[in-house]
This record gives sequence, C-alpha cells and structure tokens, in this order.
Amino acid sequence: MAESATSNIVEVKEPSFPFGKKEKQLITDPLMDNNPVTIQVLGICSALAVTTQVFPSFVISIAVVFVCAFSSLATSLLRNNIPTQVRMIVQLVIIATLVTVVELVLKAFSFEVYKQLSVFIGLIITNCIVMGRLEAFAMANRPWKSFLDGIGNGLGYGLILLIVAFFRELFGKGTLFVGSPAEVFIIGANNATTTYWINTAAESGFGSYFSWYANNNLMVLPAAAMFIIGIFIWWQRSRNPKLVDIS
Amino acid sequence: MEFFNVFIKSAFIENMVLAYFLGMCSFLAVSKTVKTAFGLGLAVIFVLAVTMPINWVINEYLLGETGIFGTDLTFLRFILFIAVIASMVQLVEMVIEKVSPSLYNSLGIFLPLITVNCAILGGSLFMVSREYNLSESVAFGLGGGFGWFLAIIALAAIREKLRYSNVPPALRGLGMAFILTGLMGMAFMSLMGIDPTVYSVGN
Repeated sequence: MAESATSNIVEVKEPSFPFGKKEKQLITDPLMDNNPVTIQVLGICSALAVTTQVFPSFVISIAVVFVCAFSSLATSLLRNNIPTQVRMIVQLVIIATLVTVVELVLKAFSFEVYKQLSVFIGLIITNCIVMGRLEAFAMANRPWKSFLDGIGNGLGYGLILLIVAFFRELFGKGTLFVGSPAEVFIIGANNATTTYWINTAAESGFGSYFSWYANNNLMVLPAAAMFIIGIFIWWQRSRNPKLVDIS
Repeated sequence: MEFFNVFIKSAFIENMVLAYFLGMCSFLAVSKTVKTAFGLGLAVIFVLAVTMPINWVINEYLLGETGIFGTDLTFLRFILFIAVIASMVQLVEMVIEKVSPSLYNSLGIFLPLITVNCAILGGSLFMVSREYNLSESVAFGLGGGFGWFLAIIALAAIREKLRYSNVPPALRGLGMAFILTGLMGMAFMSLMGIDPTVYSVGN
C-alpha cells in the first residue's frame, strides 16, 4: 500500500476526501489483514455450504458484495433514527429487502444461474458478514465509509470463497468452473449442456489428460472446507505473525 | 416416547454443528473459554426452544392453505421466522446486559449475531420440512439447542487444554479451532448411519 506524494498532499487539505488513505484501507484491509472469514470469524456457514463448486461461489460472492455494500449504506444513513431496542429487526428488514432484489434480478436476467442457486441466495440473509458489519461498523460510521467497508468485506469474503471452492471442486470432483454460462472463459471442452474449464471425466480437452485422477470424496464433505480454511489461516499468520491471537 | 426420540436424535445423531455444520461463526469465535461458551450455549438453547414452537404456530395457522387467511403465504416464511428470531434475540440481549454485564462484554458482537446463527433459522426450516407436530418441535428445539451447547462446551474445553500444548505458532487459536472442528465433524458423521445421499461414494 505505497502512498504517492500527491495523495498525501490531498490528505492534508481534505482529510475526508472520498478516496483518501483511510478509505483505501477500508477496502484493502478486509482482503487479508482483517479478513472477515479468517480473522473476524464471520460468514463461515455459507463458506462451507456453497464452496463445493467454483461458479456458484463466484455468483454468491458478487451478491454478497452488493448486499453488504448497500445494506451498510442504508443502515448508516438511518443509524441515528433507529432505536436500539429494535435495531436487529430494522437491520434484518434492510438485508432481506436487498437479498430479494438480488434474487429477482437474477431471476429476470439469468434464469439458469438462478435455478442453480435459489436456496443459497435466500440464505445470504443469514450470512453473518452482512449483519456483523452493520453492527460493528455501519451503526457507528458515516455513509460513504460504511459503503466502502461493505465492499471491502464482501470482497474479502469472496476471496476466501473462491480459494476454498477452487481446491474443493478440483480435487473433490475433478472439474473446474462447471456450469458457468460465460462461454468466453472456456478453455476446456464443452458438451452442449454444461460448460467448464477442466473436467477429468471429459473425453476431449485439457482435462482429459488427467483422466487417471480418482476423485477424493472427502473434499466434498463440509469438513474439508474447515481443513482448507485452517490451512489458509496457518499460511496467512505465518506470513504476518502479528495476526496470531494467543488464546 | 416420540418426544424423547426427537430430543436424542437432534442432540446427538443430527447435531446442528458437528453433523450439519450450522451456526459455525459464533461456535468458532466464542469457544475460547468454557465460561463464555457456557453463556452463549444457554442463550442458544433458550432462543431455539422458544422460537421453534412460535414458528410452528405461525407456519401452521398463518401461512398454510388451511390457516386463517386461507391462501398459500409460504413465501413469507423467511421474513416471519427471522422476525420472530430477531425479537427473541433482542430480548435475550437486554436480559444478559442487565443480569451479567461481564458476559455481555465478552460475547460482544456475537450476541446479536445469534439472530443470524444458521442453526436457529435452519432449525425452524428443518422443523417445517420434516413436518414435526407441536410437541416434536419443542423437543427438536430443546434437543438441537442442547446439542449445540454440548458441542461448543467440548470445543472450548479442548481449546483451553490446547493452550498448554505445542501447536505451531501460526496455527494457534483460530487455525487450530478450524481443524479441530473438521475432525470432530468427521467423527460425528459416523453417527449419521449409512446414508448414501450423505456420502455419495463413487463417481
């Protein structure tokens, strides 16, 4: 995060400039050093449930970024008018509304994806990241900052989701990116109904060179996601020992 | 007899955390010491046991085609269930804040997050999909909560012991908790019996 000389000058003049140093940190910190999944311990259930394949995880990540950003914005705008006794219900109504918007947009513009994901989209309501950030950040900060915090945390969550899903799909099912409707990205073979990058069960294409690989069924179980996140935490904290919590 | 069966089944065989991996966030974050884990466990038992029958009544008498409104309102299920849960959790939060401020502070953000604890909403949805009656749903709420309580106490106790053992420094704390939960979950899977849909062996 090297800061250029110009942005320092801007910072002195206007401390709350829309893209000052603090605002940048709001987006970059949750990616690694304050990651919602591995440091704040939020949103683990869905990280176990969706990550058997890469493509659904990718869509869910985008949806969570959207919901997180706009619910933070809305809560932050309303924060001085929400009585503390009913704040959870208010937050949940905001989240549920946004999730419904995501669901309807997907239904209208990409029905194939919607059919694959219908249950998991609904479950974004109970994703702790969204409500956790509302409680921890948006209830106490200005709208623009809360918005950026929402984007940052959504992205940090998506990063973990994609890493876990990559290993689980590749080693558990011998495929990669099954079901992605984006033909542009296809490297591997394509058998009319489903598209994928790699598929060890295919008869042609890149994946067919790996047809000797026997799928590891352990990777499909939720326990495997726990192990992968555990190993990721190990790597992350040996890289940056300051993150270790001794307890 | 049915009451007892459902209780045992939901507490041990189909344990919310270790068999279905629901309610993971607070399970991992609050299991540092047995004392706080105990407090959160009790709160979860209470919320599950209270919301389950309320949601059963809502589902039976408000949402179904045989209910008061006479039309199919099941699309409102998510919102209504979550609203009931949120108000219960808000109540628990106020009580804990009054009764035990130290527990309130050590639980921190994870107390309001019981609302979005998947185990609780998941419990209500399981109750609907398995078509439990009222007494069974009370048993399911109590049993599910008790199973969650036992699991978090077990993990907290292991983590307290682990503090004195020689874990690689970077894996200490949360990293080890993840791996431990994975191992405990694999052990619990043997209790689920031989169900081909769970294991899906073969290609």
